Amino acid sequence: MSWRSSLSPLLILLCGCSPGASPPVSGIPEPRSGYHFQSQDTQNLQDDDFANPGMLWVDGGMVLWTEAPETGKPACADCHHAADMSGVASRYPAYDKSLDTVLNLEARINHCRTERQGEPAYPWESEPLLSLTAYVAHQSRGVPVEVDISGPARPFFDAGETYFHERRGQMNLACVHCHEHYVGQMLRGDKLSQGQPVGYPIYRLEWQTLGSLQRRLRFCNTGVRAEPLAFGAQTWTNVELYLKWRATGLPGEAPAVRR
Amino acid sequence: MAGARISVPSRARSGEVISIKTLFSHPMETGYRRDALGLAIPRDIVSEFVCSYDGRAVFRAELNPGIAANPYFAFSVRADRSGTLEFRWTDQDGNVTVETRELAVEP
Ligand code: HEC
Ligand code: HEC
Repeated sequence: MSWRSSLSPLLILLCGCSPGASPPVSGIPEPRSGYHFQSQDTQNLQDDDFANPGMLWVDGGMVLWTEAPETGKPACADCHHAADMSGVASRYPAYDKSLDTVLNLEARINHCRTERQGEPAYPWESEPLLSLTAYVAHQSRGVPVEVDISGPARPFFDAGETYFHERRGQMNLACVHCHEHYVGQMLRGDKLSQGQPVGYPIYRLEWQTLGSLQRRLRFCNTGVRAEPLAFGAQTWTNVELYLKWRATGLPGEAPAVRR
Repeated sequence: MAGARISVPSRARSGEVISIKTLFSHPMETGYRRDALGLAIPRDIVSEFVCSYDGRAVFRAELNPGIAANPYFAFSVRADRSGTLEFRWTDQDGNVTVETRELAVEP
């Protein structure tokens, strides 16, 4: 008996699954929200439900949620109870069988808009899409993140994991460098966090407005002088799935406030 | 995102000092920035905020470029009569947003 044939049953036994789908290993054994890397003032602003400017978008989203399209099709609120949205953001992105792809929260909302309301999709980063996303994500505040990366979701997850570890841009840096190797160090005025996605959409003081996770990630592209990927690129949803898995157990925070 | 958030009690005792907070949704575009193509982004600011209590102005602020987006004000008022609190934001072009809240004051 050669070593090869005696070893392979052992390997299969160890991971209990087929090759290629072995359990992923996180470089962040103890996830910590970006909140803890912000100044006291910024944390206070996030904690104050009145003064947190992101709440303006939550308010706006609540109005859109109850507004029926002019065609007479139902409003979001006619099909969903707001209470049922609790925890939804914490398990997105999620695999959708009929579309055979993973959808993030924005794409899921737009899917309801086109398929259930017969309305045109809201453009990425538009005010109504940000508002509805903020409203829905806010219902998951405090709900621990847990995404499903099994079965058909796994290839999307794997692609996101790969992107996270690839070097890019003139600076030749990967996400993993800044958000795992240099966590806690200063990069200009920012203290590098673990790059956790749990507070999105966020009110960013530098933007003076609310923005999506993809808007943040595009900054992380230009930060290393790489051409930013377009809004809505499949790669972003894959990366988001990887980031959310890496954040497993962290409570939702939307709308968070960041520098 | 149009809208205002206002925090004010609906009732108070006569002589009580109540705290009022307002948050107004506005980009407060300074007029000094340029877009990705290098074109000037026109100035777009709220220029005045006034809170009146039963017809009297009790708080007034003049706003200028350089004040952050979504201006937030917190101030105190002594409750001495039942009446309407009016919150009025006026932008540089004279467009006005008004919100009102009723305050019931018990002796
Ligand atoms: C040159 C360093 C650098 C690289 C490389 C980088 N980022 Fe960032 N990233 C930052 C900085 C700086 C911030 C803002 C401060 C912070 O939260 O770390 C940030 C913020 C984030 C945040 C928001 C965290 C929060 O709490 O809101 C996420 C998510 C993120 N990055 C993900 C990524 C991903 C994914 C990649 C790879 C595509 C990446 N970053 C590459 C520097 C970097
Ligand atoms: C005609 C009924 C209908 C309307 C209107 C509707 N939805 Fe949905 N929505 C559904 C159904 C059914 C699902 C289940 C998933 C699917 O097959 O699309 C769903 C799923 C969702 C989900 C994912 C829930 C989960 O547990 O994964 C979100 C988020 C959502 N809708 C948000 C919205 C928003 C926001 C609006 C308004 C813009 C809206 N929906 C309008 C019927 C509707």
